[in-house]
Amino acid sequence: MIIPKLAIRNLLGAGVRTWLNVIVLSIAFFAIVFMQGLYIGMNEQARDALIDTYYGGGQYWQKNYDPFDPFALEDSHAPVPGELQQLVDAGQATPILMVQATSFPSGRIVPAMLIGISPEQQVINIPADVLKRESDAIPALIGTRMAKSARLNSGDYLTIRWRDANGTYDAADVQIVHIMQTTVEVIDAGKVWIPLETLQQVASMPNEATIVVTAKNYTQATTPEGWNFKNHDFLLADLKALVKQKTVGASILYVMLLFLGMLAIFDTQVLSIFRRQKEIGTLIALGMTRSKVIRLFTLEGALHGLLAAVVGFMWGSPLLWLMAKNGWPMPEYGDDFGMALGEAIYPMYTGGLILGTTILVLFAVTIVSFLPTRRIAKLRPTDALRGKRA
Amino acid sequence: MKPGKNEIHPKAPGRQENAGLSFHSWRILCACATLRALYIFSVLSITFILSVDAMAQPSGEEILQRVDANMTSDSKILTSKMIIHGRRASRTIESKSYIEGTNKSFTEYLSPPREAGTKMLKLADQLWTYSPQTDRTILISGHMLRQSVMGSDLSYEDMMEDPKLVNLYDAERVGEETLVDRPCWIVGLTAKTADIAYQSRKIWVDKERYVLMKEERYAKSGKLLKTTTINNVELKSGRWVATSVTFKDQLQSGQGTEFILQDIQFNAPIPDYIFTKASLRK
Repeated sequence: MIIPKLAIRNLLGAGVRTWLNVIVLSIAFFAIVFMQGLYIGMNEQARDALIDTYYGGGQYWQKNYDPFDPFALEDSHAPVPGELQQLVDAGQATPILMVQATSFPSGRIVPAMLIGISPEQQVINIPADVLKRESDAIPALIGTRMAKSARLNSGDYLTIRWRDANGTYDAADVQIVHIMQTTVEVIDAGKVWIPLETLQQVASMPNEATIVVTAKNYTQATTPEGWNFKNHDFLLADLKALVKQKTVGASILYVMLLFLGMLAIFDTQVLSIFRRQKEIGTLIALGMTRSKVIRLFTLEGALHGLLAAVVGFMWGSPLLWLMAKNGWPMPEYGDDFGMALGEAIYPMYTGGLILGTTILVLFAVTIVSFLPTRRIAKLRPTDALRGKRA
Repeated sequence: MKPGKNEIHPKAPGRQENAGLSFHSWRILCACATLRALYIFSVLSITFILSVDAMAQPSGEEILQRVDANMTSDSKILTSKMIIHGRRASRTIESKSYIEGTNKSFTEYLSPPREAGTKMLKLADQLWTYSPQTDRTILISGHMLRQSVMGSDLSYEDMMEDPKLVNLYDAERVGEETLVDRPCWIVGLTAKTADIAYQSRKIWVDKERYVLMKEERYAKSGKLLKTTTINNVELKSGRWVATSVTFKDQLQSGQGTEFILQDIQFNAPIPDYIFTKASLRK
C-alpha cells in the first residue's frame, strides 16, 4: 500500500507541473470522446434518416437494378410479383419505379430521374400525399437540393424528357407541387417524384417497378424470382465505410493531442528520474527493490491519466452534454460529407466509448510512464545516493 | 274559244306548243339552256382538272421514297463544318466523313486542334469513337447513345438512325407551304413500330427537287422536341443537296447547331479498310 500512497503524495507534491500535464491530457481525453461521439451520432442520424425515408426494412431490387450503373437502369423494371403485391396490398411495402430522364429548367439541361411512388403509401416517410394535388400538369415533388440546382420554386413548371419502355421519346411538363426538406441526398439530388400510376402509364411499364421498399419492421419472408432482397447490412454498408473512413481521418487530430500529452508525461518522468536520483538511492538503500521503485514511478505517471480523466470529466461533461442537447451546427455545405446530415449533428456518447477512451488514455500514459523508469534498474544505490548518473 | 296570243294550245304537239312563244321568251329559254350547259361543262372541267391534279400529286409514301432516293447513294465522301452555338460562345468543328450505303460511315474530326484526330465509326447498329488524347476506342451503346455529339444538338442516336425514312414511317401528305421561295409538300410521318425514337415527324419536301426543307420531330405526347431547318440547297454532282442546315433541340435554349456542307462527292470509291476498327487508330 506504500507505493500508491507515495505515488499520490509525490504527484500532488509536484504542483503546477502535474496540473499542466493533467490539463493537456484532459483536453486530449475530451477531444477523443467528443470526436468519436460526433461520428457515432452522425452515423446513427444518417442511418435513421435513410431507413426512415428510403431503405425501410430493406428493399427488393429488380435483378438488373444497380444504383451505380446508369446503363442498367433502362432494363431495371419488371411487373411486381404476386408475393410482393400482397405485401403492397397489406401496406407493408411500396413499389417504386425509376426512369432516367432529362429536365429542362429555363432551357438548361439538368439530368434527372423520374421516380414513381404511390401518393397513398405510408411505408416510407416521404410527403408523397402532395402528389394527390390537382394540377394542370403532372404533379411533382422534389427536394431542396434539386430545387436549388435547377433553380425551381413551388408552383413552377418543368419540362422533362424521357424514353419509354420501347425507347421512344416522350416529354411532358410537370408542376412542382411541393419542395421537401430532407437530409437524405439519395431521394433528393436529381430526383423528380411523380405519381406511380402516371409514370407507369407514360413509360409504357404498366404495374411495373424497379424496387419495392418494405416497412421498417419487415423481415425477409420471400424471394420472388427475378428480384433480390437487400437488407440493412447491404444497404448501409457504404455509410458504415464512409463513417469509418471519416473517423480514421479525424483520429489524426486526437492522436496528435494524445501524443502531446504523452510527450509531456514522458518528459516529466525523465526529469523526475534525473532530479530524484538521491531519493531513488535512499529508497533502494532502505530496502525497496528496484522493481518496486519502477512501479512507484510508473504509477506516478499513470496517475496523470486518471487525474486527467477526472478533471476532463469535470470540465468536459457539461460541454459534452450541451453539445448532445443542442447539436453541432452543420454549415450549408454539409452535404459535401456525402451522407444524410441535418442542420446539426447530435453527438452520442456511449458507455463503451467513454470506458474505451479511458482505458486507451490510461494504457498509453502507463506505457509512456514506464519507458523512462527502466533506467532505474541500472542505477547503483551508492551512485544514486551521491547523485551520480548510471 | 280561241286560245290567246301567249297561251299554249292544250291539244297542240310539243313543237307546235312553242310555236306561240314570243321572241323574248325564246331568248330567256336559250339563256337558261346555255347557262345549264356552261354549268355542266364547268363542273365536269373542274372534276377533270381536280382528278388530273390528284393524279399528278404524289402520295406521302411516294414523296418519302423520292426523298430517300435523293438522299442516299452507294457511297459519298463529304467535308463539313459544324457550328455549335453555346450559351456564351460558338465552336466550329470541321470533319470529313466517308459513307457507304446506309450501314457504314466513318468520320474524322479535322479541327479545332482539341478535337482533331477524334474519329467515329458506325457499322450497322454499332458505333465506336476514338479519342487521340486517351488513345482509347469506346463502343457507344445504351445510355451513351443519347448523349450529345461534341456538345451539339445532335445525339449519337440521331446519327445512328436508319436514313431511309420509308423503312421507319408511314407517310401521309398533309398540306403545302412555301419555304425559302420553294413550294413544298408537308408530309406527316407516323412510326411503323413502337420502338422508334420519334413516334411522329413532320417533313417539308421541295415539290420539284424532293429535298427536305424542314423537319420537326415530336415526342409521343405530341410535344415538339427537335427541328431541322434547311437554309440553303445547292446542286452538287447532279443532285440537290442541303448545304446549310440548322439542328435545334426545342427544349433547350440557344440557337442550335449549324451544319455546313463544304464539299461532297457521290459514288466515290472508298477503300474497305476505312470501315474497320483499325482505321480509328491510324
